[in-house]
Amino acid sequence: MLFSEKWLREWVNPDCSSEDLVARLTMAGLEVDGINPVAGEFSAVVVGQVVTCDAHPDADKLSVCRVDVNAGEALTIVCGASNVRAGLKVPVATVGAVLPGGHKIKKAKLRGQESFGMLCSEEELGMAESADGLMELPDSAEVGISIREYLALDDQIVDVDLTPNRGDCLSMAGLAREVGVLYSVDVVPPVIDALPPEHDQTFPVQLSAPEHCAHYAGRVIKGVDVQAATPLWMVEKLRRGGIRSIDPVVDVTNYVMLELGQPMHAFDLENLSGQIDVRLASEGEALVLLDGQEITLKDDSLVIADAEKILALAGVMGGQGSGVSESTQDVFLESAYFNPISIAGRARSYGLHTDSSHRFERGVDYNLQVRAIERASALLKQICGGEIGPLVEVTAADQLPQAKPICLRQARVEQLLGFAMPAEQIQDVMLRLGMKVEQSTPGEWQVIAPSYRFDVEIEEDLIEELGRIYGYSNLPTRMPDMKMQVQKISEDSIAAIRIANCLVDRDYQEAITYSFVDPKMQVLLDPEASPLALANPISTELSVMRTTLWAGLLKALQHNQNRQQDRIRFFEMGHRFITSSEGLTEQNVLAGAVTGPRFEESWTGDKQSVDFYDVKGDLEVVLGLAGGVSCQFEAASHPSLHPGQCCAIVKNGQKIGYLGALHPKVQQALSLDGPIYLFELQLSSVLGGAKAGFEEISKFPEVRRDIAVIVDKGVAAGQLMQGVEEVAGELLRNVTLFDVYEGAGLGNGKKSLAMGLTLQHASRTLNDSEVNSLIDSVVSFLKQEFNATLRD
Amino acid sequence: MDSLDSIVQEASAAIAAATDNQSLDSVRVAYLGKKGKVTGLLKALGKLPKEERPQAGVEINKAKVRLLDAINLRRDSMADELLQAQLAQETIDVSLPGRQASRGGIHPVTRTMQRIEKFFGGMGFQSVTGPEVETEYYNFEALNIPSHHPARAMHDTFYFKADQLLRTHTSSVQIHTMESQEPPIRIICPGRVYRCDSDLTHTPMFHQVEGLLVDQGVSFADLKGILQVFLQEFFEKDLNVRFRPSYFPFTEPSAEVDIECVMCNGKGCRVCSHTGWLEILGCGLVHPKVLAYSNIDSEKYTGFAFGMGVERLAMLRYGVNDLRLFFDNDLKFLRQFQ
Repeated sequence: MLFSEKWLREWVNPDCSSEDLVARLTMAGLEVDGINPVAGEFSAVVVGQVVTCDAHPDADKLSVCRVDVNAGEALTIVCGASNVRAGLKVPVATVGAVLPGGHKIKKAKLRGQESFGMLCSEEELGMAESADGLMELPDSAEVGISIREYLALDDQIVDVDLTPNRGDCLSMAGLAREVGVLYSVDVVPPVIDALPPEHDQTFPVQLSAPEHCAHYAGRVIKGVDVQAATPLWMVEKLRRGGIRSIDPVVDVTNYVMLELGQPMHAFDLENLSGQIDVRLASEGEALVLLDGQEITLKDDSLVIADAEKILALAGVMGGQGSGVSESTQDVFLESAYFNPISIAGRARSYGLHTDSSHRFERGVDYNLQVRAIERASALLKQICGGEIGPLVEVTAADQLPQAKPICLRQARVEQLLGFAMPAEQIQDVMLRLGMKVEQSTPGEWQVIAPSYRFDVEIEEDLIEELGRIYGYSNLPTRMPDMKMQVQKISEDSIAAIRIANCLVDRDYQEAITYSFVDPKMQVLLDPEASPLALANPISTELSVMRTTLWAGLLKALQHNQNRQQDRIRFFEMGHRFITSSEGLTEQNVLAGAVTGPRFEESWTGDKQSVDFYDVKGDLEVVLGLAGGVSCQFEAASHPSLHPGQCCAIVKNGQKIGYLGALHPKVQQALSLDGPIYLFELQLSSVLGGAKAGFEEISKFPEVRRDIAVIVDKGVAAGQLMQGVEEVAGELLRNVTLFDVYEGAGLGNGKKSLAMGLTLQHASRTLNDSEVNSLIDSVVSFLKQEFNATLRD
Repeated sequence: MDSLDSIVQEASAAIAAATDNQSLDSVRVAYLGKKGKVTGLLKALGKLPKEERPQAGVEINKAKVRLLDAINLRRDSMADELLQAQLAQETIDVSLPGRQASRGGIHPVTRTMQRIEKFFGGMGFQSVTGPEVETEYYNFEALNIPSHHPARAMHDTFYFKADQLLRTHTSSVQIHTMESQEPPIRIICPGRVYRCDSDLTHTPMFHQVEGLLVDQGVSFADLKGILQVFLQEFFEKDLNVRFRPSYFPFTEPSAEVDIECVMCNGKGCRVCSHTGWLEILGCGLVHPKVLAYSNIDSEKYTGFAFGMGVERLAMLRYGVNDLRLFFDNDLKFLRQFQ
């Protein structure tokens, strides 16, 4: 909320600087976001009156004016504004003036005509972002006086960012109250008297939904001159409060809202028929708002209606056709209390947010309506004349908020704030805040919050007030005194960070990509999935939840390949969102995308591209981190992976993920350079393991035997090796595949696998014959199972 | 005995002149071998008068030992020369870069979360995680944010359908924990959160770390203490920290925490909008209604909660000037955090 410091100081004037004032507000929870002068820095700008205004002989859009500034002879000033005319009073920057931005006014010649000064717009004085003509001053403005003095521009606009609980501060009255408490100074509100009726015309009001609107004050004011000009002081106060002047009636209602915090509405009496009825809308009823927008109402929306039609969306915005217009003569003023719950969320549900709805949904003092309508009536009469009618006040007393006493205990204050606040101080702060305080027993009070404080419901709310007024900075600070807690040091699992660090050490860079992705990318990678789609995405590129992290990683690859990076090794940990008939499952996964040269370019000359086995090796290391059960890599197929370079990762018979090369078609569709290797596996299945177990180290010598066998190309080496391990039994310490050869001398469709077997007995030296027979049994097993022949 | 001296002299010269093991060995044979000159002298001892023999024998043996030593010395020195030559040959350019020395890196957001987790982990706070797709109950209601509360507008929530949304904060994890665990509770909840907002200073996804402590006798003083120390440790700086009243529906009293601007040391700069202070996190004592939702007796137990934006902390810690860099995953950016 914006407010004028000068206006505030009319209400409450602590002896402090502006800096101190805003600092104190900020530290009391009314955070000041900024403080700006109400006008720019300028000098020598005075009130002037255009005496004559003639067209420039040599320029269509310029006028040559004679301007009286009450300093001897009238000044000749050339002006380009379209609203310049004889008789107009305007701000005049005289020769020697310096305008905001250091713009100096000098004697000048425009198209041959001399000019001694400049007529100014609000923009040129730093009072508005933009202006479409000169600033027009009222006829009453005294010619020759400084504009700074005339408009009281030695003022600042304070921008305070109020939290939703402090609706009570959305007015000058509320801010003044708060400042009065903080500085312990008196607040001087304007005197508002009940006005005696000058005629007896009223307009009936019915509260058909008293749980939503329990208090309504209305008044007919007859013979209002809507052509009257809003006084400059009011225009300026509104401007400094961030509200544009519209017409005197609207200006008055807005002024009272800024001053007292009561949003009001004025209807043209002629457009009302029968009675005012505050009721819920029927589903589907339509209303054209005063901004021209037509809305279709829901049945939870409170409206102001008359006997025939809906006049306004209660507490949010008036309707077109029922408001005050240029031809209005009699007005009906509305000052109502709407239940915050009845307004909250309604404006938003229609895409609206107004100064009025902002206040009502945070809570407007339910005792304020009459005071506000009296204030508005008096101001309206002062500006537009007219005759004031009797006040119509309808109240559903049983539906108004009931201020309940809250028990406040000194001991609880100490428990929460961490120090013993003296009873007198507690009582003093409560009273300063306008609370009704009654001591029930020593150290315990019954407190009733004032009707403007919608945020005070429970003891903790009162304790927050105590802390706030006492000053959070003055409250004690200490380290928590906590009991020691047992930290588990299980070896059954490892932390995800261990895996991340391992991959980092193996030259992977961690990426963090958005959890919502482009549906086009998503369908390319996981065509069978039906991803969870956002109802209100930020853009279509970020509109469905990923079912694979590859979607984001490949986008990151694109980003980097487009920036001359060819060697990319990414991993990411995060959730993927899988939908099925049973609903949604969020799975925490580890994924990676690798492309480009195996090593960074180096003098050692290793320029080979990364391949499947590089990435598989990385994964094997990761999978081994937790120990325990090892994983198998089984040839498999996946819609977005290369059919010949794809495997499922299997642990305990469960498929936990995939590794493979991105399908060239997908790669092409994404305009990526390849090959690209991808992996993704469930993180939970690679974190769990088992603790290591000790086995006696044999003192007896190891024997190594190498064999090479020729098999069909299609035989999976992994399976063959696994078979060897099983057949060789417990004497086998290790088997290593040290050569794979395809080509000359083997015959078509054949390959040779060479392996070294290391054998050892736990308690004696192995003899030749048992070694030979073991090797023989391995060879015959391979022949039988894999149709393998020994290679000579 | 003149001849012994001259033989020794002659042999010494020959040893010095030997260029390899073979020539050195020939010298040995020529003087100390069976037919060698020194051996010859020993053999000729018998021809000397009896009284001269012992003396002469001692002299000859001494000479023999001396020559043997000289030969061994020469052999060692020749081996050494050879080694030196070989080593010279094997000299390499040690300034060439090592092989395959590249290493990846942890994303700066993760790195920041790890530091936060390490600090609180050391004080007995357990890291817990929860679902990112949430219900209204866990994200709002159980946190005392009823459906029409104005605070909901501050959250810019992403919805899938009526009661299915992306969590707007990790505070939802607090609720899951309090439902399943009895006090004392000491947790932090790091993770991704989502808000429907995207501009220079907002990304639709970002990270938060939420902290919760529920125990007997926990007060606002404890909250002030732990956060002040945390912020000073996080920035490794003895910086000023201030607590301002604020509003969150799930805490009462609530506070916003500011730190002295780390860019200008509180003097005022562009980053802190010339105030000298930076808003860094929100916190407060857990609202009794929130405890009640989880069936925790708020008369017996009190607690505090706090929440911080990880990207903001990372930006201030590392001087990153554009939030969006965190999610571009540009290697030139990420490599700066190796």
